[in-house]
Amino acid sequence: MTEMSGADMVVQALVDLGVDTVFGYPGGAVLPIYDALYKHPTIKHILVRHEQAATHAAEGYARSTGKPGVVLVTSGPGATNAVTGITDALLDSIPMVVLTGQVPTTLIGTDAFQECDTVGITRHCTKHNYLVMDPDRLGPIMHEAFHIATHGRPGPVVIDIPKNVQVATGTYSVPEFIQHNSYRPQVEPDADAIAQAIDMIAAAERPIFYTGGGVINAGPDASAALRQLVSLTGAPITSTLMGLGAFPADDPKWLGMLGMHGTYESNMAMNRADLIIAVGARFDDRVTGRLDAFAPEAKKIHIDIDRSSINKIVPVDLAVVGDAGRALDALIAAWQAKGHKARDLGEWWRRIDGWRATRCLDFPEKKEPDADIMPQRAVKALFDATRGRDPIITTEVGQHQMWAAQHFGFSAPNRWLTSGGLGTMGYGFPAAVGAQIATPNRLVICIAGEASLQMNIQEMGTVSQYRLPVKIFILNNEWMGMVRQWQELTYESRYSNSYSDSLPDFVKLADAYGWTGLRIDTLGQLEEGIAKMIDTPGPVIVDCRVAKLANCFPMIPSGAAHTDMILQPSDVTGTMDDEAKALV
Amino acid sequence: MKITTEAGERHVLAITVDNEAGVLAKITGLFTARGYNIESLTVADISSDHALSRITIVTNGPPPIIDQIIAQLDRLVPVHRVVDLNDAGEAHVEREIALVKVAGTGDKRIEALRMADVFRAKVVDTTLSSFIFEITGTSDKVDRFIALMRECGLVEVGRTGVVAIARGPEAL
Repeated sequence: MTEMSGADMVVQALVDLGVDTVFGYPGGAVLPIYDALYKHPTIKHILVRHEQAATHAAEGYARSTGKPGVVLVTSGPGATNAVTGITDALLDSIPMVVLTGQVPTTLIGTDAFQECDTVGITRHCTKHNYLVMDPDRLGPIMHEAFHIATHGRPGPVVIDIPKNVQVATGTYSVPEFIQHNSYRPQVEPDADAIAQAIDMIAAAERPIFYTGGGVINAGPDASAALRQLVSLTGAPITSTLMGLGAFPADDPKWLGMLGMHGTYESNMAMNRADLIIAVGARFDDRVTGRLDAFAPEAKKIHIDIDRSSINKIVPVDLAVVGDAGRALDALIAAWQAKGHKARDLGEWWRRIDGWRATRCLDFPEKKEPDADIMPQRAVKALFDATRGRDPIITTEVGQHQMWAAQHFGFSAPNRWLTSGGLGTMGYGFPAAVGAQIATPNRLVICIAGEASLQMNIQEMGTVSQYRLPVKIFILNNEWMGMVRQWQELTYESRYSNSYSDSLPDFVKLADAYGWTGLRIDTLGQLEEGIAKMIDTPGPVIVDCRVAKLANCFPMIPSGAAHTDMILQPSDVTGTMDDEAKALV
Repeated sequence: MKITTEAGERHVLAITVDNEAGVLAKITGLFTARGYNIESLTVADISSDHALSRITIVTNGPPPIIDQIIAQLDRLVPVHRVVDLNDAGEAHVEREIALVKVAGTGDKRIEALRMADVFRAKVVDTTLSSFIFEITGTSDKVDRFIALMRECGLVEVGRTGVVAIARGPEAL
């Protein structure tokens, strides 16, 4: 119990909570906190160039370390600029605490300079938010906010702090033990449900694991447990975009990602399975395809820490509410205690091998050195060149993101940072900044599209300032490729505003910021260009020119079932009925 | 293309929440953000230390949506408990109060008073040309009374919305 200013309490709480990095941007309403941070011995402040980038950098920091990301921004535009990243963190369940300055309590509600209703605006894009009206409440609220952001299903928490609360003095107190009086998520799975689940798994003839970001959020031990359970049961496994890395992509039981741009084998296996074991995944529309045709023959077990995810979209036969890691541990223990042995799933695997034989990720390409680079080839070459270096890969949103998900193999969690739920263009580069700050010695590569990258390209300055060796690998096809692909699928190739006109010269831009800029134009330059990017110290931007009109397949078009995948460009008809057009 | 909606059923939810700023906005915002219906909503502080409020929401939706509404409410940080009073075996009592102002003279005035008596509505204010009735009952009963008063010079209605509580000795 110590008397200090509100601003000092904020900083003291950050220290007590083990925070080492804050991503932020100063402004009038947070000056007291910035003064308290001035030359702070343990808390490093990373000055971004736009508040949205601070939130994505905090997400990148959080996703690569498992620790909560922390953001500090000013009132008004500082807070509203942060809203996209806050929403992104909500949809992808990323632990994050955002501190926003606010006008003094005496001016709240008067339309004061740089005033906005931050708690009102962020009420529905945060897991929880606070407006602190009394400095004595700052200590308990800071600690409670970190607890809420990191416990149960993780998410963003906003603490709005009026300027006079930062200046006023009060008593800093730390709650000895945080037991929120209403928020107590169920972490331990129900033993009966686990026993039932094990019996269902042991009895299944065509089981499949369908895992998601919840396994990553549950920590590296959960990924290890997942590997053990898959090995014990002998069942195939697929995962959502957010779950990549929890299971090694080079394992024969791995079927690849499922869903809209998932593999043929994973979608067919989901459709024909007699048991789906969903772990930390939420049956998103990108995963299920047409709902009335989703996994018609399967019983479904759903393990999730958020009860509201269960039966939200797909009714399930058995719900297990709890932490994915604890549930997987309990399943392994129950499997062993009951003395189950893996069933002979030979017939099931033979069918899966039949689907695999379509080689759905193959793509047509020319092999001559002066040929255009297929974007898939560029991702595969990047994967091959970085094997053994255990890189962290971030992406923007669009075709390049899907190609990266399809062709880059991940073998460990926390290496794949992408915006899944909100699909935020402009996420990948600042996320790479956050990941590089968190892991200074790792190779961090942002696989970008030329359009997405421009949404937060100003962060090149941040990278230069902190001498971060971030690599940006642009798959430059001069199109908002995914928009164009949908226009080809749905609107008879009427390319309304999807061409990336007036692009900057990315190599010259690199030079302007003191980076290294490289250009790769042809297939013959690809390997050498990637090697040069990796070997060049400091930040590098690679403008990799790829085949302009390549599209991302396989694909389940909107409104279609898992069994109706478009496998190659010649399957595209160019029109859709209104029901399909109305789907996102 | 036409947009269709599914038929629903009426449910009464009793919700206890921390009595703090923004809770009501959080709950009503959840309903608008996710497209759920609110037929009526009442809220008041119910604890001696003013720490807890009870919200009664009457909503409408197909059973899976009702289940989703409960799960979504339950995960909000300031929400303590959500109980569906229409759950099987959860018989409950519902009441609503309305204040009904009727203006007029002569036969209509006498008729209004007579019908109020049948409905056990109380006269809480009168002038030579008006009454204010207080009526308590289920929403149906209040609806029926108001419909009759329309014929007798109804000029204004104020309703509280539904409060409800489960039967039996147990607390929420």
